[in-house]
Parts: sequence; structure tokens; C-alpha cells
Amino acid sequence: MQIDIKTADIKPIRNTFDHVAKRLGKDKPASRYQEATFDIQPETNFHYRPLWDPEHLLYDRRRTAIEMEDWYAFRDPRQYYYGTWTITRSRQQDHMEKNFAFFEKRRLVDVMPAEWRNKVATLLVPIRHAEYTANLNNCYMSAYGYGTAITQACLYAGLDHLGIAQYLTRIALAVSDGDTAVLDAAKTAWTDDEMWQPLRKLCEDLLVTKDWFELFVAQNLVIDGLLYPLAYDRFDTAISRHGGSALAMLTDFALEWFGESSRWVDATLKTAAAESDQNKAQIEQWADAWSTRAVEALTPIAVAEFGAEGEATLAEIRAELVTRAKKKSGLDLQ
Amino acid sequence: MSRKLNLRERYQRMTRDLAWEPSYQSKSDIYPQMEFEGIKIEDWDKWEDPFRLTMDSYWKYQAEKERKLYSIIDAFAQNNGHMNVTDARYVNALKLFLTGVSPLEYAAHRGFAMVGRQFPGAGAQVACQMQSIDELRHVQTQIHTISHYNKYFNGFHDFRHMHDRVWYLSVPKSFFDDAMSAGPFEFITAISFSFEYVLTNLLFMPFMSGAAFNGDMATVTFGFSAQSDESRHMTLGLEVIKFMAEQHPDNIPIIQKWIDKWFWRGYRLLTLVGMMMDYMLPKKVMSWREAWEIYFEQNGGALFEDMARYGLRMPKYWEQTIEGKDHITHQAWGIFYNYTHAAAFHTWMPDNEEMDWLSAKYPDSFDQYYRPRFEHWREQAEAGNRFYNPTLPMLCQTCQIPMGFTEPGDPTTIGFRASDFEGNRYHFCSDGCKDIFDNEPQKFCQAWMPVHQIYQGNCGGATVPDVLDWYHLNFGVDNFDYAQSPDRQHWQQWKGEAAEESDAPDEAA
Repeated sequence: MQIDIKTADIKPIRNTFDHVAKRLGKDKPASRYQEATFDIQPETNFHYRPLWDPEHLLYDRRRTAIEMEDWYAFRDPRQYYYGTWTITRSRQQDHMEKNFAFFEKRRLVDVMPAEWRNKVATLLVPIRHAEYTANLNNCYMSAYGYGTAITQACLYAGLDHLGIAQYLTRIALAVSDGDTAVLDAAKTAWTDDEMWQPLRKLCEDLLVTKDWFELFVAQNLVIDGLLYPLAYDRFDTAISRHGGSALAMLTDFALEWFGESSRWVDATLKTAAAESDQNKAQIEQWADAWSTRAVEALTPIAVAEFGAEGEATLAEIRAELVTRAKKKSGLDLQ
Repeated sequence: MSRKLNLRERYQRMTRDLAWEPSYQSKSDIYPQMEFEGIKIEDWDKWEDPFRLTMDSYWKYQAEKERKLYSIIDAFAQNNGHMNVTDARYVNALKLFLTGVSPLEYAAHRGFAMVGRQFPGAGAQVACQMQSIDELRHVQTQIHTISHYNKYFNGFHDFRHMHDRVWYLSVPKSFFDDAMSAGPFEFITAISFSFEYVLTNLLFMPFMSGAAFNGDMATVTFGFSAQSDESRHMTLGLEVIKFMAEQHPDNIPIIQKWIDKWFWRGYRLLTLVGMMMDYMLPKKVMSWREAWEIYFEQNGGALFEDMARYGLRMPKYWEQTIEGKDHITHQAWGIFYNYTHAAAFHTWMPDNEEMDWLSAKYPDSFDQYYRPRFEHWREQAEAGNRFYNPTLPMLCQTCQIPMGFTEPGDPTTIGFRASDFEGNRYHFCSDGCKDIFDNEPQKFCQAWMPVHQIYQGNCGGATVPDVLDWYHLNFGVDNFDYAQSPDRQHWQQWKGEAAEESDAPDEAA
């Protein structure tokens, strides 16, 4: 038998805020993502020009060459607002915590061949400095970008990269029984070894790139799009073939994150490119220029990982990125 | 077994160790905003991390809080939680909050992202980035909480549009625009130290305790949930000041000037909160005067005693705030009572019981200066002559509050100051606001002054209804006295109370 619970009949006078209703239509209830996102950034009537950039307004569409009629045309397919983002990450974090515990408890480090432990220390660990660059770059996009739809997701990405840099730090300690010398050596390699210099130079050049959307293309599409497949995916596969499959437990977060983040990056670029031919051409030009540089910067690392096959592996990864950009964002890259 | 790093060492490895000394690009190109304010930092390694939180534990703690918070917000909505507030008048405090304060959380989010990118030390970067994302959390949880109220009450419906335009919302907006358009060191002194550390209790406590006292469980919950974030932000504020002070003696006069400026700006901004405490909460928590005594005179006094070792003193004009604590909230409520036809919340005159509470809390000022005026206005309203001021007020060029505050030492004379700059005359409510302008005239002469803008024809038209339309303020619904408001009618219907007959709407002037 159905029991009807009597509740007071109190009718709402509206479903959501006006600026949300304007985008959805009046009678639609809004999602939390929509209420947390749409039109939240101030738009007009700013009081003072920034002392640090008097040419622009505090929030200014002209900090990038990309032009959009509506900067809230962007949608995060993951629909992340702070709550959903942090809850998702904490779930992944729980999982990673178990992985690290298992790795340590079973002493899986002992199963990894010394040669490959060394490869982790010398080829994977220095990448944490590149992750830190990615953190700063996404923080820049969040600070100087336009419209909450895109800037909030950039800050999530920025802190995700910090998290990944910290996981790499933990990996360094896990494969070395807590020997911090591994971190020191990796950092010295990053600053001094010839092999890492092209990538470090690339990172420093990104840190002085002013156009925030160019930075989005360079970092989130190109660098992530080449580095993750190389440093995590291909490397994991290679190490697994040599008895080091336990490493995949420790890099799981990074790879899963890359797949997830790519959906957002692809959707963002698709929207921007679909807006105008000018946007599309600009994004393509940026992507091609940065891809060429990134491939050069990653070549010594690929060669160190895969020897003679290094360059071919990287070429294959770049071809995958071109395919992905075409398929997911409608971009024609070279 | 692995050698375990201690917490400090571990955090150092996880965070600061990620940074390196650049050589392909110069540091001044990577961090171009480090020089122009004149602050000298010799060694970023001396930065003491105010809290040591790596992303894994950040996600864990924050997700736990978010899960709890959203389950309560859901339950609140499902159970028509708004029906449990003391009185629908209370909801006006939330209107002021959503239109005035929540957008500042957003501004803080963006501002901390800027400094999180501009500071060269990885420790400082990460602390600022975490505050940035916390502030994003706050604006979003506030919107989600108050979203329910928006479904049942007026005045919330276009808060973002209003924040960029409505006259009194330029007070909070210009405050944060000022901080964000300054350099990174001034921003963080303004927001982390002067506001978060010295004054935040005066913003947070009144709204959140006000919510608790008035049966608003949803708002109390986000308040509690934000508290642990806030305490992190406060430790950042203190660390910032100590760090700058210890880095170079030349920094001290610059910091002192910023503390003077931001204390006064914060004090003026908080007048709106004080008015809310004294007049808008049906069930009062404490008076503005009491709050100022506890949170500024006692706590702030002790803090500045401690700061003396760096050569920092109490903010300039603090003595005026001690005298002002007896007056500013009554004066501000008077202003809003005058102009409530152009506001997105309702005002009213206190009832007898509330008048007596004010007399008791303000023995040195209320009966003498304010009760007679308020009783007169109340009588007039009851006789059908509810007064709405038909002319536009003159605003202070700095704080942008209408010029209604009185002279120190003379509560019957309106304070008035002026400065000439590049052939124009600018007006101020106080010495504090005049000093701020005089230190940076080139900046403050740019202010988007709502009344000037109306007279210049930039706000939708020449009449009040034109301007209100441009504000997206629903005439006769969002504005005017509470007595005639649809909010009150709805409340009475929901509560099954009979509407009083004498409440026929007045015609606006």
C-alpha cells in the first residue's frame, strides 16, 4: 500500500537564477554545474585599471587572440564544479593510497629489475618538474583567462598537475626505499644534464608565454598530449615487459587523469575552433609550432627510453595526437 | 623498511623541491610583478609554509566536507527548510550576502590565482593556489545553498548582474577591484592579512551566527564547512606579513601604508555587515559595537602589540572606529531606509522591542540621536507617508557609501572632505577615505561611481524606474519597505497568518 506523506504545499516562484534561466529557458531546473558556472565572473564596470597591466581591464577578453561571442559557450563534459571535482579526486586518491600500500607491503620494488628501477628514477622522476610547470601554467590560465566556464577547469587542472607531481615524488621514494638522493639526482639531471635541457627550456619558455589560450593549446593539448603517452603509457608497457608491471599501479592516477582531462581539452578546443575560421587557424598554428618544439624536446627522453625506436615512437605519438585533434576537435594539425 | 620523512621534510620534497632556478628565461620575465611595488624579498626560501597540505590530503579532507555539506543542502531543500527561519525579514540578510559577499569570494578566487602564479616561491604559490580554489568552493557552495531561497524569495534572482551595476554593491565590488588591480604584495596584505586575519571574524561570525540564531540551517552549514578553510587562510595572512617584514626593513613603511589603507577600507565595507547585525536579524546575535570590541579592540589590539616588534603600529584612524562603533550602523540603516526603493532588499523600522534592544546595546547614542528619528519615520510610515528619498545621494569617492557618516566628536554634523586632482574636485566621507585617495589619486579618480554614471546617462535612462530596469530589479517586488513586499505576503500565506489591512502599497516618490 502506498502511503502519501502529507507535505505543505509551497510553490516556488522561480526555478533558478535569471542569468541561468536565460541560457536554459525559464522552466528548466538548473544543474549544480550550471548554477556554479554560468556568468559568475564579473563582466563590466570595473573600477580601476590594473597597476600591473594598465592596457587591459581587470577581466579582459583581449588577453588572448582567440575571440568568442560568448565565453560561456564552453562546457566541461565532466561537469566539474568544486564539489564534484574534489569528490572524484578523493575517490581516485583512495584507490591510489591502496596501490601504494600494496606496493610497499608486498615489497614489489624488489621484483623490479634494477635496470628498470634506475630508468624510473632517471626517466620518470625528473618529469615532476614539468608537471610543476603545468601547474603554474594552468594557474595562469585560471588567473588571466576569461569566463568561469573555462577558468575554473584550468585551476582544477593546475592542482591536478600538482597532485601528479607529488605522486611522482612518492614514486621516486617508493622505488628507492625512501632515498631522497633519487630526487636530488633527478633535479640535477633536470637542471644540468644535456638530455633534459630541451624540455626544461620548453618549460621556461611556456612560463613567459603571455597569451593564455596559446598556453592552453601548448600545455594542455600539445605537451600533455605527447608527454603522457610517452612517459606513462609507452613507458609502462615497456617496463611491464621487463617484470616491472607493478609500476602501473603507481602511475595509474596520471594515466586515468590524462584520459579524463583530454575529454575536457578536446571539447574546449572544439568549441573555440567551431566559433570561427580565424580561431581555428590560430589554434592550429599554435599547436603545430608547439608540437614541433615539444617533439624535439622529448626526443632525447624517447631515445633514452626506447633506444633506436625512440624517434619512431615519438612520431607515432604525434600522429595519434593529430588524429585525436581532428576527430575530437575538428582541428587540422601537422 | 623505507626511511620515513618527517612531515616538514616530506612537504618540502613534495612542494618546494619541484621548483628550480631558471636559466633559459630570466626570473624577472617569469615573475614580472615582483619589483614594482617596492617590496624587497631577498630569500624566498625563508618563507614558512603556513600549513602543509599535499594534494592527496587536500582532496581527502575537502571531499569529506563537501559530501556532508551537500547532503544537508539537499535535505534543507527537500524539507522546505526556509520555512523554519524566524521571520522572512531575515532573508534580506541573505540577499545582501549573495549580491554583496559571494561575488567577493569569486574575486578572491581569481585574485589568489594571480598571486599563486606571480609569487616566485613554490611554497607561497601552493598556499595561494589552495586558497584560490577554496574561494571558488565558497562562492559555489554559497550559490548552491542560497539557490533554494531564490526559488521562494525575491531579490536574489539576478545577483551577478546586480553586482556589476547596483549602487550599493559598488561598495564591495570596488573593494576587491582595488585589491586585485594592485600588485601581488598589496593584494595579499589587503586580503590575507587586513581582511582575513584582522577583520574576517566580523564578516563571518555575524552572518553565520545570524543564520544559526535565525533558524537557517543551510547557511550555518556552509559557514561551518568553510571554517577550516578560513583558518588556513588566516594563517597564510599572518605568515605573509611576517615574511615581508622580516625580509627587509624597507618593506615596513610600505606595509604600514597598506595596513592603514586596507583597515579603513575594510572598516567601511563592514559597516554594511554591522547594519545587518543590528537591524536585519529578527533574532540578534550581538551588536556591532560588541563585535567590534571583541574582534577588533581586543583581538586586533593584541595582534598589533605583537606586530610592534617589526615596527608596525595600529592602523591609522583606528581611534575613529572606536567612537564610530556607536553610530555607523544606525547611520547606514538610515541611508538604506531612505533608498530602499532602489535596492534589491527590503528595509523597515525596528519595532518597539527592537528599539529597546538598540537602546540597551547603544546606551551612549541610540536614544539620543537615532531613536527620535526612527520613531518619526515609523509614525510617518504608519500614517501612509513612508519616506523614500527621491534624489540621488553623493557618494564618497573611495568607499562609495553615500556621504552620511558624521564627524568624529560630533554626531550631528555630516563628515565632509575634498581633494582637487587634475582640475576636478573629489569628495570623501572621512579622513581615512581622503588619505587613501590622496596616496593614489591616479587610481581612485577612475572609480566607476554609480551616481555619476546615472547622471551621465550610462545606466539605462533618466528616471529611477529606468535605472532599476537596467539593474534588473523588479519594481514593486524586490524593492520598497518590507511591509508592502510580496515576500511578506508569501510568508504570511505559507504560515497561515492573516495579512494586516494597513499594508496597502505606497506609491513611490
